[in-house]
Amino acid sequence: MNAAAYQGVLRRVAIFTGLFSIFLLGVVTERMNLVVDITQNYWDDITYLMVEYIYLVLISGGLAILVGVPLGILLSRPFMLRYSEGVMQVFNIGTTLPSLAILALSMSFLGIGKTPAIFALWVATLLPIVRNSYTGLRAVPSFLLEAARGMGMTPGQLLLRVEIPNGLYVIFAGIRTGIAINIGTAPLAFLIGGGGLGELIFTGISLNELGMMLSGAIPVAFLAVLTDFLLGQIQRFTVSKGVNPDA
Amino acid sequence: MITLENLTKVFETAKGSIVATDRISMTVQSGETCILLGPSGCGKTTTMKMVNRLIEPTSGKIFIDDKDTSDYDAVALRRTIGYVIQQIGLFPNMTVEENICAVPDLLGWEKDKSRKRAGELLEMLALEPAVFLKRFPKELSGGQQQRIGVARALAADPPVLLMDEPFGAIDPINREVIQDEFLKMQRAIHKTIMFVSHDIDEAVKMGDKIAIFREGKLVQYDTPDRILSHPADGFIADFVGSDRTLKRLRLLTVVDALESDRPSVQPSDDIQTAVRLMRERGHQNIVVVSQANKPVGSLHLNDIAELSGQVGDHQAPLPVLIRMEEDLRSAVSSMFRHDRSWLVVVDSEGKFAGNITQRGITHHLGTTYKEVSST
Ligand SMILES: Nc1ncnc2c1ncn2[C@@H]1O[C@H](COP(=O)(O)OP(=O)(O)OP(=O)(O)O)[C@@H](O)[C@H]1O
Ligand SMILES: [Mg+2]
Repeated sequence: MNAAAYQGVLRRVAIFTGLFSIFLLGVVTERMNLVVDITQNYWDDITYLMVEYIYLVLISGGLAILVGVPLGILLSRPFMLRYSEGVMQVFNIGTTLPSLAILALSMSFLGIGKTPAIFALWVATLLPIVRNSYTGLRAVPSFLLEAARGMGMTPGQLLLRVEIPNGLYVIFAGIRTGIAINIGTAPLAFLIGGGGLGELIFTGISLNELGMMLSGAIPVAFLAVLTDFLLGQIQRFTVSKGVNPDA
Repeated sequence: MITLENLTKVFETAKGSIVATDRISMTVQSGETCILLGPSGCGKTTTMKMVNRLIEPTSGKIFIDDKDTSDYDAVALRRTIGYVIQQIGLFPNMTVEENICAVPDLLGWEKDKSRKRAGELLEMLALEPAVFLKRFPKELSGGQQQRIGVARALAADPPVLLMDEPFGAIDPINREVIQDEFLKMQRAIHKTIMFVSHDIDEAVKMGDKIAIFREGKLVQYDTPDRILSHPADGFIADFVGSDRTLKRLRLLTVVDALESDRPSVQPSDDIQTAVRLMRERGHQNIVVVSQANKPVGSLHLNDIAELSGQVGDHQAPLPVLIRMEEDLRSAVSSMFRHDRSWLVVVDSEGKFAGNITQRGITHHLGTTYKEVSST
């Protein structure tokens, strides 16, 4: 069996397991009267906090992409080579920090509220994006650059027509990792006063209110899956089929 | 025309200076293919990259059609020079069509024009456009990729081509096929070509001239036949191989060793006419031709000297003919195969043109040897 067929089978198994778990979850929640809890008692909280949560993710994630990709590209430029290895070293250490630690550090500098939360989420998301953008471009073989330069491309054309398109799959992988980290970490923003769905989750846990906790957890899980799916689609349509290993 | 004048490149590295090319001077005439040949690391790629200014020379000058290339903007210069790199280097993100159109796109050609050109080039290189234009490089075999690499270099119809081992990454059989296609194409388009190789057989086949490099120096620059017949020193003689005389046979055609003043007889002639002709000329055999002057048989003096009657009654059939434009290698191989010391030569219409003999071929190879040792 080849790798693609194997992946296909894995995917089908995963989808089946997922659907089955949702079904079980549905049965359990129904039994425990949780559906009523979620759809009626907490509905207003969910919608309000979800907007807040999405706001946190969009701002911090969006800024991380807007800054991270160009920064990674900049670091990959030949004239930056002297510094970039050192910078990447710092970034690599940064990625090993737990997100909670980043939030704590952010709070100790910026206090509590939305701003330190967004800042911490931004940093946590930024790291993998910069790292992948950098390595994605550096991984473009030097003979391709030579072929491009040899046919008369300017450095700008080289970047736009050869380097970015060929590094795009890896850049996208960084964005997906970053956003997954962002969405997974965003509930913790509640702990430093950033609000969001974390409020339902953490309060639910401390009050031992299963319904309340699930009212926060289910939308977070749903958003995580949905976002990664959307990013996956964008990746499929923007990365050339000649570069995409899945295509 | 490409002219290199005292071209020197010194790479400064941590371990000291490396003289990659040392005062190279040479001229590649317009429409000619010059092969840069030599062992690994002798400076072939470096020389070529100085022509399109991917590497700036330490000293010396390069002229293309008598214009100093250092006066050009490097980017504009490169768009007028086709370049095939050693590693092929097709862009994986682009389709075959986009790859081929890369330079026309840089030059701002109309899309219609460049896409049409891409199709034409594929046809020239024996690839079906409908099948290949929309493919990505990863969906091509090594040989197909190399063809596309060549098509891409030719796309904007540059007068000058630089090709760094363009057929390096393919098996010997397919390589011969691509070489033949390329030769056919070059006969039609007459580009001025610098072509790197480290294969003497390829160099002899593809080159009008061969430039042999050794440790950054140009040690001999000559036609393939002269390189094979008169290697300038022991290094070159070793490099071109001990079978260099056999290699020369590929370069020479039957015409070169043709004995065209051979008489012939017709089947209706008296056999003693044939005997007399052979005795007069001191030949051992004579060709019998039809009325249309096509060879139909032969007579051997020893077999017929005592006979009478017509030629047609005694002629022996001809096992094989050879055409004038074939190379001497096929001629010699044909002689060995049929155990004959001579062959009948015909022209493109199949008419009798003369004979070639083993002695004649040996003599021809020998005179060119002597001709130079006496100068
Ligand atoms: N950028 C560079 N920096 C330092 N030394 C170099 C550089 N490029 C080439 N050289 C050296 O210059 C010499 C000539 O190299 P070049 O690439 O021209 O060889 P080549 O004849 O093309 O060899 P090959 O047949 O292996 O491709 C070699 O000794 C090589 O190590
Ligand atoms: Mg080389």
